[in-house]
Amino acid sequence: MKIHTLLKKTAAYSALPLVLAVASTSATAQTIDVKITNLTQGIYFTPLLVSAHASSANLFSVGESASSALQAMAEGGDISGLVTTVSSVGGVSAENPAAGLLAPASSTMVSGLDTGSNDRLSIVAMLLPTNDGFVGLDSWEIPQTAGTYTVYLNGYDAGTEANDEIVNGGGMSGVPGIPANPGANGGENGTGVTTTESNQMIHIHRGNIGDTDATGGISDLDSRIHRWLNPVAKVTITVK
Amino acid sequence: MNTKTVKNDLISKVASKNALLLATVGLMGAVLSGCGDDDNNNAAVSMTDYEVRVLNLTHAQPLSPLAVLVHDAGYHGWTIGEAASASLEVLAEGGDNSSFIASATGVQASGSGAGVVLPGNSESVTISVSGAAMYLTSATMLVNTNDAFAGVTGIDLSNLAIGDQQMLYLPVYDAGTEGNGEMAGTIPGPADGGEGFNAVRDDVNFVARHPGVVSHQDGYAESVLEAAHKFDAPVAMLTVTRLN
Repeated sequence: MKIHTLLKKTAAYSALPLVLAVASTSATAQTIDVKITNLTQGIYFTPLLVSAHASSANLFSVGESASSALQAMAEGGDISGLVTTVSSVGGVSAENPAAGLLAPASSTMVSGLDTGSNDRLSIVAMLLPTNDGFVGLDSWEIPQTAGTYTVYLNGYDAGTEANDEIVNGGGMSGVPGIPANPGANGGENGTGVTTTESNQMIHIHRGNIGDTDATGGISDLDSRIHRWLNPVAKVTITVK
Repeated sequence: MNTKTVKNDLISKVASKNALLLATVGLMGAVLSGCGDDDNNNAAVSMTDYEVRVLNLTHAQPLSPLAVLVHDAGYHGWTIGEAASASLEVLAEGGDNSSFIASATGVQASGSGAGVVLPGNSESVTISVSGAAMYLTSATMLVNTNDAFAGVTGIDLSNLAIGDQQMLYLPVYDAGTEGNGEMAGTIPGPADGGEGFNAVRDDVNFVARHPGVVSHQDGYAESVLEAAHKFDAPVAMLTVTRLN
């Protein structure tokens, strides 16, 4: 039994051509449903990307720098670059299942995603209002056994933009500021929390700080509304 | 031994590509010798090597040198609700792990990281255990705090097969030995450069999850910390790989 398991794992991971041939004939297409719940009280998710892909690819990895495609998603909610990345490695994606923002404490569903030969699941969306925060699932191994599985997701910081907490419409990569506060429940004329980002690798987001000054202060966010603690999302995967 | 795979559940086990190639070689040897057991049973002295890698996931909290202990079931580095040991206090207040390592009981093997691990960086400690390893304890201080530490204690390693990895997102604890005053002169990290260990216990005197830091930008004018020093859990990822 142990030998069988090891060989099976090797087939799935190894770069040896001979073993790859085995993997290509033994790959099993799965059909999965993915339910995503925004667990936060006051943070919105931008259009979600739900992708099945091979283990050789990642949308993001903690401790490494963000790709330009991930940066575009994390700073402005643009998932198009990541969709292209997934397609280029033979992955399949469900884009924007919530048809726009996923509001706090709301759920959305991807139904009947055919994973083809892909055995990993990744999910990303920007957290609003943040500078470059995102909710993420990185390369979760899709079980071979039919059933329902639950995973909780953390909030990450892409490390690409200083968390100044100024809502100025700045959603393009490299442009400071937060693109929008969907709840329209913050302040304005903040002077900025910081101008630097000392950890430029992808890391756990330290959270918004905000303030309670609607017309000034250091932040355009409200410290009573725009904070969160991990986990920020619950994902339920049903393997059929 | 770097793996691209990061699981988002709290504890998960994966096997990396390189590790599996090693495992495959080991398996072939076992098959050729007519033995289906992949345990190390072919030598008089069998040492099992483990690599413990810590990745700092905070924004601006350097981690003190990692303490790594492999030990029997009777030892716990700390217990929620109970007072921190004197050696854990030294680690959590000042980042010095030498006493924490030296005073542990039932130890099979131990090791220390060479230095401070900056945010976004990682460091590995490799230890050799005689025979089969039992339990892992590992701890590190968040140095821009009064007495916060991240770690795990009593993680069962006995089911880790050759080449397997166990990835653990580390929670953050408060040693409960020093009040979280965040005052200038009381925090040893670069945010302050203040005092580390002090034997006086002026806090709740039990270990619990850490409530986080406040910072002066969050309305605590006397705090020497800034918003950049805030953190949410998990604060680090620990990857344990059985090498042989």
